[in-house]
Amino acid sequence: MYKAIVIGTSYGGPDALKIILPRLSIGFPVPVIIVLHIGDHSNEVFIDYMNSICPLEVKEAESNEKIREGFIYFAPPNYHLLIESDFTFSLTTDQKHNFSRPSIDILFESAAWAYSQSLIGVVLTGANSDGAAGLKMIRDFGGMAIIQNPCSAISPAMPRAALKIARPEVRLRLEEIPDKLIELVGFNKKNSEMF
Amino acid sequence: MVDSLYNESNADLLNIEIKLLMEGVFLRYGYDFRNYSKAHIKRRVLHRLGISTLSSVSRLQDLVLRDREFFIEFLDDLSINVTEMFRDPEFFKSLREKIIPKLKTYPYFKIWVAGCSTGEEVYSLSILLKEEGLLERCQIYATDFSRKVLEIAKEGVYQKNIIEQFETNYRLSGGKGKLSDYYKSRYGSVIFEKELTNKIVFADHNLVTDTVFADVNLILCRNVLIYFEKSLQDKVIGLFCESLVPSGILCLGTKESIKFSMYEKLFEIIDEKSRIFKKRIG
Repeated sequence: MYKAIVIGTSYGGPDALKIILPRLSIGFPVPVIIVLHIGDHSNEVFIDYMNSICPLEVKEAESNEKIREGFIYFAPPNYHLLIESDFTFSLTTDQKHNFSRPSIDILFESAAWAYSQSLIGVVLTGANSDGAAGLKMIRDFGGMAIIQNPCSAISPAMPRAALKIARPEVRLRLEEIPDKLIELVGFNKKNSEMF
Repeated sequence: MVDSLYNESNADLLNIEIKLLMEGVFLRYGYDFRNYSKAHIKRRVLHRLGISTLSSVSRLQDLVLRDREFFIEFLDDLSINVTEMFRDPEFFKSLREKIIPKLKTYPYFKIWVAGCSTGEEVYSLSILLKEEGLLERCQIYATDFSRKVLEIAKEGVYQKNIIEQFETNYRLSGGKGKLSDYYKSRYGSVIFEKELTNKIVFADHNLVTDTVFADVNLILCRNVLIYFEKSLQDKVIGLFCESLVPSGILCLGTKESIKFSMYEKLFEIIDEKSRIFKKRIG
């Protein structure tokens, strides 16, 4: 079964995430870990806003923090975010990758090592090719690769690059992505309400 | 390329080989990366493998253990030397506003910049101290485990194309003049004034394997602890605690904390956001 979802996006990302993340409800059984290229400044305001519209708790990933299911984590601006094999976070100030820090590839590759085939990778709207190599690795490791259909993306370059390099099995319009994620992780709202 | 050598089917083997490599590096050369973030080390090792013709980490280990020159090169792979002047301008602003007034009450004080890398941070500090009229009253120790970066730090020569970013940071940090007051341009480089290094001693020191430093009043160690696992972070914070005089100041990176460390209670928070802490008395 899938144990984690990683998402990468840049230009148009905040709007795309506003459509996906609020649809994940309490009891969602896996963590959602996100790299959003948002510039070098604090993303506190954005995280506060996401918290106000999401049922799940949204927070910035911290160094050595244990990854918990049902949480939505964002990489801090100006740091790369990596996942350790004991399912904790690491941060680095290593060089920019694809002109980006945080880099989607770096998150995705470390996530593939940690979660192997139990991982879902999602590449959304964006203006460069970061995430394509990472998504390919997720797929090579037996995980599930999803992209936002480039035709429906505000900026199609990123999902298009991912399409070309990773050959993902699933291409969806933005609005279809939440239901797909819910289905893949086997989240049944009725079940969770019984608890 | 790398992905053909290692994949999900031999991920465990890779972890074993990296563990043996780090053990070997420690036994052979005394550099201890055994409690560094494993994901970071894996990324760097695979990067080195990817740009070489070596077919496995075990082959890399053979070379690292037998060829000292190659090891020095490999050491560069494992350390991160990406830094800027006045990185996190808010931190330098806070340092200027909250800590400098206190230092002004001392006739003489010592500062330790731990993990100084290529020197950008220690030059930033020198400039700040000069502007506050304190440079003559202090002794700065700038340390790193890499002799190569210490040589670069001593030179104080940086690429011209990144100076614009440094200028912006300097301005945002509350700098009193222009950054160009402190350097000369030459060809594609900028050279910082020698005067800024008069009070700096550059020294080879390894936070993981070396011991405490002399009684210091202020420690800057920013974006070093993030590379360490929890146990090693604790050990190094303990080292800082021992090195500081009572009421001494510890400055960490903006994503680093003494929270959850066993030494948490020995410090009070001066600036939560900029991660400035004060060692309690007694």
